[in-house]
Amino acid sequence: MKQSVTVSKTQELKLAATAKVLLSKFTIKTPKFELKTLVRKIIVPLVSILLFIGLWHMGAQSLYNIEADYKIQKALTDQGQEASDAMKACIASGDISCQPNTLPSPAQVWESFKTLIADHKVIRADKLAFKEKTAALNANRIAEGKDPITYTGRPSFVDQIVTSLKTVFAGFILAFLIAVPIGIVIGLSKTLRNAFNWLIQVFKPVSPVVWLLLVFMIVKTMTKDSNSDSAFIISFISVGLCAMWATLVNTAMGVSSVDKDYINVAKVLKLGPFQKVFKVILPSSLPLIFTGLRITLSVAWMVLIAIELLAQSPGLGSFVWEEFQNGANDSNSKIIVAMFIIGIIGFLLDRIMLMIQNMISFNKNATA
Amino acid sequence: MGYLELKEVYKTYGEGKNATEVLHNINLTIQEGEFVAIVGFTGSGKTTLVNLINGLLKPTSGEIRFKGKAVVDTSHERGVIFQNYSLLPWLSVGQNIAMAVKEAFPDEKREFIKNRVSQYVEMVNLLPAINKRPKELSGGMRQRVAVARALAMNPEMILMDEPLSALDALTRGNLQDEILKIWSKDKRTALLITNDVDEGIYMADRIIPLKPGPKATLGPEFKIDIERPRDKTELNDNPHYKKTRNAIIEYLMGIGEERKTTATAFYELPELAPKNFVA
Repeated sequence: MKQSVTVSKTQELKLAATAKVLLSKFTIKTPKFELKTLVRKIIVPLVSILLFIGLWHMGAQSLYNIEADYKIQKALTDQGQEASDAMKACIASGDISCQPNTLPSPAQVWESFKTLIADHKVIRADKLAFKEKTAALNANRIAEGKDPITYTGRPSFVDQIVTSLKTVFAGFILAFLIAVPIGIVIGLSKTLRNAFNWLIQVFKPVSPVVWLLLVFMIVKTMTKDSNSDSAFIISFISVGLCAMWATLVNTAMGVSSVDKDYINVAKVLKLGPFQKVFKVILPSSLPLIFTGLRITLSVAWMVLIAIELLAQSPGLGSFVWEEFQNGANDSNSKIIVAMFIIGIIGFLLDRIMLMIQNMISFNKNATA
Repeated sequence: MGYLELKEVYKTYGEGKNATEVLHNINLTIQEGEFVAIVGFTGSGKTTLVNLINGLLKPTSGEIRFKGKAVVDTSHERGVIFQNYSLLPWLSVGQNIAMAVKEAFPDEKREFIKNRVSQYVEMVNLLPAINKRPKELSGGMRQRVAVARALAMNPEMILMDEPLSALDALTRGNLQDEILKIWSKDKRTALLITNDVDEGIYMADRIIPLKPGPKATLGPEFKIDIERPRDKTELNDNPHYKKTRNAIIEYLMGIGEERKTTATAFYELPELAPKNFVA
């Protein structure tokens, strides 16, 4: 009995020791939360967010008041005292038909966000029901060699986001595939650099809208007798063409400005041209290439909205435009919701790129 | 005929009016198995000389012959240890060396390359750091990697361009011994470029001063007849060491003085006196 107690005690000690080791390892890994860093990293941003929302709320309130006063005044001059009083009562009652149309308040935007999510849920349920209903029919159609019936209902807000992301990634990959190889070739040869320089300098500052029109002219003719989704093709090609310049310039610069020491190493080791490019020049210019790709992705996301709006391809851009044209009571707040979503997604995309950059690149000091 | 021969080598950078002649009539012969040091001031064209010999640069005129053949390009026969290590920062120590080994022995199997890499990493006592990046290493460790990389290619001649000048005195002493140890093992021909006379005397069979550029040229050679292995502490009491050291330093200082006096322009000062000067 006694022995077993001692055994268990030693086991206990062992356990305690391992626990201690584990604990020490764990505590080393977790950063120390000092009050100063807590304040700086969490409380200060939180306060600034609250301040921003407060200012926005106050601004929206005063704009609302201006608009309401104008409406009442207009009713008074146009239709007399009675109409003016009716208008006042109507506005105060919160009736949708007479609400002043102006900058929405944070609360309204939050409401719209919830509506959009609820709307998405409804549409998703609808889609699922449609799929179930047509499952048997579609199986038959496929067996007969016909195209299956697809859901053609209105896309939800989330669907629009997904479409936009698809477009932007297609554009980004296009930009990557064009800009990086050309950038490497241009960077390696001084002659080619001079030959291409005018082209880059002239086309880099061209506005997204003009690119869209150019792409439209070409793609419209090329997709004449195919039934592919030309709006998507046009928008992603335009996005790619607008956004690729940063990568092109950065890649060319990175490749042409490789440290002379590394080139000497490559020469002394007698690396072949292929090896020299892939083992020395590319790794050493990777930080600059990635900086270019990050700029490209953020530019792609930025121009995407404008291009979708003009190309009438589905996505966040057309969502914003349709809401603006729609002029419904909550249109303005839906536009603001879209604005925040666009901003947050842009921010996340940049973070992801930074993460990949830090993972791949030897230069660990890359920051925002 | 020497192992390495430089005959009336001239090197000029730039053209026309902007041309500066860096090296002027360089003649040098190194025998097989010899350890030669070239000592000179910074900026006297030492690196240019090394790059000419290893084939990175081409002489404006003159001839460089290695084993009787003209040097036209870089070659695995002449390993180089650069002044600033020149390790690829995105590769680990092992990968940096493996890259060189793969190039030097293209037909060998992976196993051979792996063994050779670890053999040379072990030689410079860096096995614990084999998976580290150059950034995580100290200057001395980095230079040891560079030494290992150059030697792992099994060159017939080692060219060292101020390999130790960026290191502190203690590390420097250690690495000097390590390089000597490696050199004496299979008596490769070695050319050391340095700005440290003591380092030259300690390591080399012959010291040749390089007169400072522009128009740098080699001075008279000094033979070091001190038996190997040399002992640093005993060296200080060796009369031959003292004599040679003083001779070299005197020679270099003499050139330095010469350069100073020739560089001084004479300015005529205007005769000026304060206006309201009351004596």
